Amino acid sequence: MKTRIDTRFEQLKIEGRPGLVTFVMAGDPNLEVSQEILNGLPVAGADLIEIGMPFSDPMADGPSIQLAGQRALKGGQTLTKTLAMVAEFRKLNNETPIILMGYYNPIYIYGNEKFLKDANAAGVDGLIIVDLPPEADDELCIPAMDYNINFIRLATPTTDAERLPKVLENTSGFLYYVSITGITGAAAPDPDRVGKAIAAIKAKTDIPVAVGFGVRTAEQAADLGKGADGVVVGSALVSVILDNLDSDGNPKAGTARAVHALVEDLASGVRSVKH
Amino acid sequence: MSKPIEPNSFKTGPDEAGHFGIFGGRYVAETLMPLILDLEKHYTDAKNDPDFHAQIAYLNKHYTGRPSPLYFAESLTEHLGGAKIYFKRDELNHTGSHKINNCLGQILLAKKMGKTRIIAETGAGQHGVAAATVAAKFGFPCVVYMGKTDVERQSPNVFRMKLLGAEIVPVTAGAGTLKDAMNEALRDWVTNVEDTYYLIGTAAGPHPYPELVRDFQSVIGKETKEQMMEAEWRLPDMLIASVGGGSNAIGLFHPFLDDKDVEIVGVEAGGLGLEGDEHCASLSAGKPGVLHGNRTYLLQDDDGQILEGHSISAGLDYPGIGPEHSYLQETGRVEYVPIMDTEALEAFQLLCKTEGIIPALEPSHALAEVVKRAPKMGKDKIIVMNLCGRGDKDIFTVGKALGIEMETE
Repeated sequence: MKTRIDTRFEQLKIEGRPGLVTFVMAGDPNLEVSQEILNGLPVAGADLIEIGMPFSDPMADGPSIQLAGQRALKGGQTLTKTLAMVAEFRKLNNETPIILMGYYNPIYIYGNEKFLKDANAAGVDGLIIVDLPPEADDELCIPAMDYNINFIRLATPTTDAERLPKVLENTSGFLYYVSITGITGAAAPDPDRVGKAIAAIKAKTDIPVAVGFGVRTAEQAADLGKGADGVVVGSALVSVILDNLDSDGNPKAGTARAVHALVEDLASGVRSVKH
Repeated sequence: MSKPIEPNSFKTGPDEAGHFGIFGGRYVAETLMPLILDLEKHYTDAKNDPDFHAQIAYLNKHYTGRPSPLYFAESLTEHLGGAKIYFKRDELNHTGSHKINNCLGQILLAKKMGKTRIIAETGAGQHGVAAATVAAKFGFPCVVYMGKTDVERQSPNVFRMKLLGAEIVPVTAGAGTLKDAMNEALRDWVTNVEDTYYLIGTAAGPHPYPELVRDFQSVIGKETKEQMMEAEWRLPDMLIASVGGGSNAIGLFHPFLDDKDVEIVGVEAGGLGLEGDEHCASLSAGKPGVLHGNRTYLLQDDDGQILEGHSISAGLDYPGIGPEHSYLQETGRVEYVPIMDTEALEAFQLLCKTEGIIPALEPSHALAEVVKRAPKMGKDKIIVMNLCGRGDKDIFTVGKALGIEMETE
C-alpha cells in the first residue's frame, strides 16, 4: 500500500521540483510551542516533516540538535507524547508525510510491535533510526512493513558501490543521502560532489533521494535540490528556536512564527528549481 | 527474563553478527558501518597472523612488563581468616593498570589499517593514559575525550596524558562523565572516518570491539591460570573483579568460563546504594537496551533515556556494561554484585595498611567483595582478585572522602 511519502514524491515529480523536508525536535522548546511549530509547517512550505524523538545520547548529532533534545527532555517529552503530537497534527492535515527520526533505545523500551502499531495509528508514515543499520533489519525495518511504515535509510559518503545494495535492500519511501561525513549541522556540503554521489545512487534505484546535513539557506537548498528529490533542513530550524529563548530558557512570543518564516524562505529555494 | 538453557561452552561468542546471546551487535550510524566491517576484517586477519601475536607478546613482555605477578596476599589472608587470597597484579603494568594490554593490541591494528590519528574516551583517565602512551610510542597524534567532571577529579592523569602529547578535550554535555565522553568520541569518529582509529577502552561498543578488547585483555586470565597451577597445582575456587565497562573482568574471567568449578563474581559500583539513582550497577539494577553500538544492560528510565550513574570511582562510572557480561549474567555463569562507595573506601584503606599496596578505587570495589567472602570460606579455598590498577590517581578523591585536606599545588 502506498504511504503518504510515496504519494508526496509522486506529486513533486509532477510539479517537477524537489521537496522541502523539515526537521523539528518533538517537545522543543516545550510541548505547546512544538505542536504550534509542527502544525504550521505545511502552510509555511514543508513538503515532508521529520520529527525528532529526543534521546539522552544523540551520538550522530551536532550541538544544535543535541541541545534541542535536551530542551525537550527537560520539558518532560517522552515517546508517548511524541506520538500524541503526530495524532494531533493529523486532525488538521492528512496529506503531509510524517517521519519520526531518532535512536533505537526509546523504541526498544517502548516495545517494537507496540510502537509500530501506535505509530501507525497516530499517522506516522516513516522512520529514520540512526543506529539501526541494514544488518539489524529484522528488529524494526522488516516488521514496519506490516504496518505500512516506510523505513528510510541513510546513505553517506562512506557508502561505496559495494555497500550501496545493502543499504538500498529494504529501504522504502526515500533514501536520505547524508551530504558529509560527520554530525548534523556541521560543515556545508559541496554541491558538485553531492550531485555526483546522488547521480551514482539514482543509477541503482528508482526510489526518491533526499539530501541533508549542513543545509542552512534557501540558496543551498536550491543548489542541492537540482539533483535531488528532496532537501532536508534540521539544525538551521532548531537554531531559530535557540535564538528565540529568553534568559530563563523559555520561548519568546512568536517563536513558532520565526521558525515558519525560515521554512517559507527555504521553500522558495526548492520551489525555484525546475527538474 | 527466563534463564536460557546452559550452553556447552560459555566461550563461543560472539557469533558472526557480534552477538553474545541476545546481547552485543552493531548498532551504529551508517557512516561508521563500513569502518566497523573493515576493522572486523583486519582483526580476523590479525588473529590468524602469528607475526601479530609475536609483536604483542614482545611488547607485553618488554614494554608493559608482563607477566604481571600473581601475588599471595599473606597478611590480608591472615587478617580476614578465611580463604587464601591472591592478587593478579596488573597495577604493576607500565601506565599503572590493565588498560595498556588492550591499547597495545589496538594500536597495532590501527597501524595495520593505515590509520594516522587516534581518538579515545576515558573515565578515570587510566585508558586515556594508556592510549596516549601507545600513541606516543608509535608516533600517532592522539585526542582523548574526557568528561569535564572527570577532568576535575582525575587531574593527575590529565597531566600525564598531556605530558605524553595527547590533546584532552573536556566534554560538557550531560553530566560530563564517561558516557558523554564516548558520545563525543563517536561524533569525532563519524566526522573523521578517513584517517581516524577509535581506540575504545573497554569491552563494549559495536562488534568487533567487545571481542577484540576481551581477547587483548585475556592475557590476564591466561597468565593467572598458568601461575596458579605453578603456585598451587590447581585452579582457584573463585575469581573476583570489578566491572565498569568490564574489560579487566572479562580479561580475567574468559579463560576460566568453561572451568565449571571456578566460581566467578563481578563487582559493580553500588555508589550510594541501589534504592536511588546514585549508583552504576547496570546489571543489578538496569535492563537491556541499546547504547553505544551494542545491546546490553543499561541504567535507563521508562522512556529509554539513559541515566547518569554515580560512583566514587570514575572508572566504574558508566551506565552500561560490556555485552558479554550481560550474557554471562543471563546464563548465570557469573554472579554480579554491587559494592557501595563506603565499602570500597574501607577496602582501599585496608589494603594500604595490610599489604602496603595503594589500589585504585576500581579494584577496591572487588576487594570489598573479597573482604565479605573470604572469611566465610575455608582456609583451603583460594580466591584470585584482579588488582587491575594502582591508586596514585585516586589519593585526592580518597582524601576528600575522608575529610583530609591536601596541598595540590
